[in-house]
Amino acid sequence: MSHVIIDINTQKDIITARQNARDMAKDMGFKLADQTRLATAISELTRNVIQYAVKGQCRISDDSDDTHKRVKVEVEDYGPGIPDIEKAMTYGYSTGRGLGAGLPGSKSLVHEFHIESKPGYTKITVSMKKKR
Amino acid sequence: MKIPIMKLKGILLTSIPEELTDEDAITFQGDLLHQVNRYEARGVVLDISSLQIVDSFMARVINETANMVGLLGAEIILCGMNPSVAMTLVEMGRELINVKTALNVEQGFEIILALIQDEDMKGVS
Repeated sequence: MSHVIIDINTQKDIITARQNARDMAKDMGFKLADQTRLATAISELTRNVIQYAVKGQCRISDDSDDTHKRVKVEVEDYGPGIPDIEKAMTYGYSTGRGLGAGLPGSKSLVHEFHIESKPGYTKITVSMKKKR
Repeated sequence: MKIPIMKLKGILLTSIPEELTDEDAITFQGDLLHQVNRYEARGVVLDISSLQIVDSFMARVINETANMVGLLGAEIILCGMNPSVAMTLVEMGRELINVKTALNVEQGFEIILALIQDEDMKGVS
């Protein structure tokens, strides 16, 4: 299955990552609204990498199976980790300058959302899927 | 990146280009405020029809810019939001954008002109 990996080191990489996510979703036949939802979620998640962890990686892949088309995006970094995931998922909560809409907002935009975080490592996996 | 800001009948007209870094967005915010001040603009028409993605950062910049323009004493209207951007912003929750809006630049311009005329009328009576 096809995939792309984008290093997240600068603000420009946020744009590259979300464009790639959108292109992959488009190529796989997702509608414009879903392309936009996924790209927006990836924009939020990769910005978190720049803001909190400085650098990380974004892997976008075609994770389709017999019944569903699925585009999967994994965003990982070796930053400080998210100390309280439940709090971080609360709308309006932010330890930075943000609106606190990033994580809960991205979750509401995608079909699957999973956070794995410990001190020194965070991985957020999201996916958009549709029936074949 | 320098974003062009045009002046027409005392109103500033500008369009945010598609792929703007966070830093460019903040620079643009400062530029726009300086131009409002410099040209004593009565209103700003801000077109976002090129934006395919408006995330919470860009939403915040747009909101803050509108508030700042308002503090200076000018009217501002946001024009041309893409339907899929509107869907995404609402689904992300709460009111990420709380700014006067219009379907396109033409309508936005009309609305701002009317607002300014209203203010002038009040000034007269």
